[in-house]
Amino acid sequence: MQQTLLEAVHDALELEMARDTRIVVFGEDVGKKGGVFLATHGLQERFGNTRVFNTPLAESSIVGCAIGMALGGLIPVAEIQFADFIHPAFNQIVSEAARMRYRSNGTFGVPMVIRTPYGGGVHGGLHHSQSIEVFYAHVPGLKVVVPRDSYTAKGLLASAIRDPDPVIFLEPKKIYRAKDPFIYKEVCKDAYTLPLGNAEVIQEGADVTVIAYGAMLFECWKATQTLAKEISIEIIDLQTLRPLDATTVLQSVQKTGRALVVHEDNMFCGYGAEIAAEISEDPDTFTSLAAPIVRLAAPEVPAAPYSKALEEAFMPNAEKIVRAIKELAYWK
Amino acid sequence: MSEKDADLLTRLERIFRISLGARRLDERLWVLVRAGKGPFIISGQGHEVPQGIITSFLQPTDWLVPYYRSTCAVLTKGMTPTDVMLHFFARAGDPSSGGRQMPSHFGDAEKRIVSGSSVIATQLLHAVGIAHARTLLGAQEIVVVFFGDGATSEGDFHEALNWAGIHKLPVVFVCENNGYAISVTQREQMAIRNIANRARGYGIYGVSLDGTDVEGIAHEAQKACKRAREGEGPTLIEVRVPRLAAHSSDDDQRKYRSDHELSKEALRDPLAALERFLRVRGIVNDATEAALEQEIASGLLAAEQEAEQSPTPDPATIGENVYLKEGSDAANAS
Ligand SMILES: Cc1ncc(C[n+]2csc(CCOP(=O)(O)OP(=O)(O)O)c2C)c(N)n1
Repeated sequence: MQQTLLEAVHDALELEMARDTRIVVFGEDVGKKGGVFLATHGLQERFGNTRVFNTPLAESSIVGCAIGMALGGLIPVAEIQFADFIHPAFNQIVSEAARMRYRSNGTFGVPMVIRTPYGGGVHGGLHHSQSIEVFYAHVPGLKVVVPRDSYTAKGLLASAIRDPDPVIFLEPKKIYRAKDPFIYKEVCKDAYTLPLGNAEVIQEGADVTVIAYGAMLFECWKATQTLAKEISIEIIDLQTLRPLDATTVLQSVQKTGRALVVHEDNMFCGYGAEIAAEISEDPDTFTSLAAPIVRLAAPEVPAAPYSKALEEAFMPNAEKIVRAIKELAYWK
Repeated sequence: MSEKDADLLTRLERIFRISLGARRLDERLWVLVRAGKGPFIISGQGHEVPQGIITSFLQPTDWLVPYYRSTCAVLTKGMTPTDVMLHFFARAGDPSSGGRQMPSHFGDAEKRIVSGSSVIATQLLHAVGIAHARTLLGAQEIVVVFFGDGATSEGDFHEALNWAGIHKLPVVFVCENNGYAISVTQREQMAIRNIANRARGYGIYGVSLDGTDVEGIAHEAQKACKRAREGEGPTLIEVRVPRLAAHSSDDDQRKYRSDHELSKEALRDPLAALERFLRVRGIVNDATEAALEQEIASGLLAAEQEAEQSPTPDPATIGENVYLKEGSDAANAS
């Protein structure tokens, strides 16, 4: 059956909860209402209000208690209603969840998932549009995962829940309900997993490598359709931002000699900087570069502005990606 | 509902032994820091007895969530002076962290002593989450979490009491109020005198005690643990204790506390109060105390030598335990 990304998230939660009774789901409004996006719709009815429950409106509580629950033998899957509101939990995520295994020399671990809708292009303004991935991708001890469509959402979320370490699972909410075939994929009814830490070449090409994750892949894919007759483009979906599968990126760039990184987070210290560094530091890849690495990202403003005109100026899109690819492909 | 007198005396005698051991251990660590054998310690002097009494009501399967002043609590829960020394010397065999954390950051998975960070008040939410999990899994276990008066200003303190109150979780929150957060006085920290009053705002039971009231502490701790075990919800216990040493070995409290205040403080030492309590009842006398001091001293010397001579962590292991290795078992006791 074909599913939206949101439906796939929902089904992954439901199937995992049915498989393992240690899994609990909680967050603001996830109970009867089923979450503000309905990702947990019907779960409380099926699994009861001890396994699916509303929490107080307190993000540090949600993550701090999740850590305790993981220490106490449950597998918490916590929802932060919008990634924009995760900041009060930064301390619990970075100082506590990420360090528990290391600081206890492996005697305590925190198997938990923090799911949160993130990203712009939804008329959400400064506080309902943020990209928060690099704050967490920076931190050893965490894993950071971003699906691009329904198929990857279901498999990656199942893997995140089965992972023994804390995973931040970022759901690109702009494409939650998208019905374009690029996102609205055929999804198997049963549970399945996709490995964390693997990037995927989703389209092979010879001239340019485009590297992205989450909602930007759809834009990249549309751009390559526009340029199909002109330029042969390889697209890589990173899928996991920590740990990064650098090998897939390096192999591709060694082949094409040209790399474009696209993200809707702003550029400075953004994820593209890490990709550019990985490429530059690897002698084989560096010497195969035929052009400087290009990053396409949001402008250096604190977050996405609300007005349609401003938001469009903020978000990278297929049109901007086409221009960037052309510049890169014809650079001499 | 209170313990029989004989049981109480047995308990208090045991806690006296552990507390005096903790005091001598603490004093020794100061000497070692001054001798340059370690860069840092945090002292629990003045806090030992209430910690010990409250922790003594935990079963081996119950959970202790300590903070950096909890030396006596972790000793009561089964850690040894050797464990503390291994931690102080940051040796590979340090059960708390394998030499990765600063001294006084205790943890021991087997003994259900939860690893803590340096970040004030974060552990309160962990305690609540553990209680939530164990209750949901049907275990009859309780959780005791310790923290200072300064910690009650952090959001996590309030959030933890709120969540524990909503779910009526088996948590005993213990605030060791020594009147200071480093140099910040309680008056600068909050507008109230009685921290236990905060409990009411979260729909839970709260009680404030003096650290020298050893019977009262035993009574309230027993009550709180019983309530927790019987599903009647959390308790906030405030114990007013003196901070006999500086905040840490990096602090000089004479800079912000007068001689007068410090000498008055010394008269409120719960350890001295417990000793008096036991002497009056004929359980401790000069002879038993001399024997105990002797036993503690030789135990400490052995612990120190063993720890100091044990190997430091291999630098090659720096990258271990960031994530669970593929294929090994999940690390949590459950
Ligand atoms: C979040 C945070 N802020 C500041 C510090 C630095 N710090 C360490 S101990 C301390 C005082 C804590 O006082 P209190 O909670 O009363 O405990 P006490 O040390 O008096 O036992 C401070 C400010 C810290 N460790 N964590």
